[in-house]
Amino acid sequence: MTFEIVVVGTSFGGLKALQTLLPALAPNFPLPVVVVQHRGKETDTLCEFLQRHSALPLTEPNDKDAIAPGRVYLAPRDYHLLVERDGFALSTEAPVAYARPSVNVLFESAAEVYREHTVGVVLTGANADGARGLAKIKAYGGMCVVEDPASAESKGMPRAAVAAVKADAVLPLASVAPFLNQLCLHEPGSSYAS
Amino acid sequence: MSAALQSDQTQLEDIEIALLLEGLYRVYGFDFRDYSPASIKRRILERMRAEKIATVSAYQDCVLHDGACMERLLVGLSVHVTSMFRDPSFYLTFRQKVVPMLRTYPTVRIWHAGCSTGEEVYSMAILLQEEGLYRKCVIYATDISREVLRKAREGIFPLASMQEYTSNYMHAGGKHEFSDYYTAHYDNVIFHPALKTNVVFSEHNLVTDGSFNEFHVILCRNVMIYFNKALQERVHNLIYESLSMFGVLGLGNKESLKFTPRADFYERLDSRDKLYRKVK
Repeated sequence: MTFEIVVVGTSFGGLKALQTLLPALAPNFPLPVVVVQHRGKETDTLCEFLQRHSALPLTEPNDKDAIAPGRVYLAPRDYHLLVERDGFALSTEAPVAYARPSVNVLFESAAEVYREHTVGVVLTGANADGARGLAKIKAYGGMCVVEDPASAESKGMPRAAVAAVKADAVLPLASVAPFLNQLCLHEPGSSYAS
Repeated sequence: MSAALQSDQTQLEDIEIALLLEGLYRVYGFDFRDYSPASIKRRILERMRAEKIATVSAYQDCVLHDGACMERLLVGLSVHVTSMFRDPSFYLTFRQKVVPMLRTYPTVRIWHAGCSTGEEVYSMAILLQEEGLYRKCVIYATDISREVLRKAREGIFPLASMQEYTSNYMHAGGKHEFSDYYTAHYDNVIFHPALKTNVVFSEHNLVTDGSFNEFHVILCRNVMIYFNKALQERVHNLIYESLSMFGVLGLGNKESLKFTPRADFYERLDSRDKLYRKVK
């Protein structure tokens, strides 16, 4: 199996979780990593904050920006972030389950375009966002990774995710990045591996 | 369902959606064929769930034979959920950098393209009134959906949103009490009708209709994010042709001119907010 994109969804507790996950991704991580962190409408500095914890360049995409490997993309505040065949798309459709950006919206769009080449990761969060999207990734044959609800700071999202799909891996937070590195770096067939 | 079957079904659905959009265009003249695919698919499937219809083909039957069903789809495709003074700094920058230019004109024509349910139209009307410009302005607020325009014309918004809007208003450089501009009535507020005396609400389709005037300001925020790149180019040409020399274009926070052929014809007014001035 070759993977082409990693999508990550998190909510309450996510800032801390991302501070663990992002710095542990290999500096030569070969795929694009797209992150939805639930956020308020006035959280302008999240991107700069997270960049300090990421060796990979981290940006909030503009509409129609290309999706490049080895970069981290953060969904901007007050927009849904979707992926399409030739780049990102943003939307101001209504919030989904009170969330904009919504994890489900990102995951579902990724599953449609990247199908079995998608890796979906659900981390800590106090609601159920991400479960439906992860189920769609699973339905297309993608890889589903969930933070272990037992040790997650907030168990709601991981619990909902493991209830919705048979996850391929349920891991404590510290093991998620090493798992992704292993999965994506050492894959001879990985389309971006050099 | 196996992953392969799932993929087959998605392909079939994509074909059905293309057929639906082709039909919508040929029968009613609304052209969504160059919309960005991910979002339009979401919206169509959402409408289908609301109408309790299982396949896009069955939905097409309904849309093409039932005008009311088509209108509901049109609303579903044209609503974008915004707030008053969305991105307050945009309005603050508008006050600081655009208002002084507008003061020099005897009359000001503003086109709010894709105004949806009107939140940002009323925001601009309030801003212009506070700057003493409203009387000499005409705001043309357009959208493709009659139903959406009806709501915009009413100027009725949920009371529950007012806390957020008040905060936005203050960050946008508001000079009064925000509550001066509306009257609460049960769970809703109605904005004072004086705010719309110089607003013309009208149907206009950015995709198929041409330019209808020359404007000093065009606001088209978070509208073209639903278009593919080819359609964005066409609409940027329309906007360029509709702006007077030194006219101002306002886009959404995450939009840019960089993929358009008109990029070199504007200068940026602010490093952060997406306000551009036509310079050639």
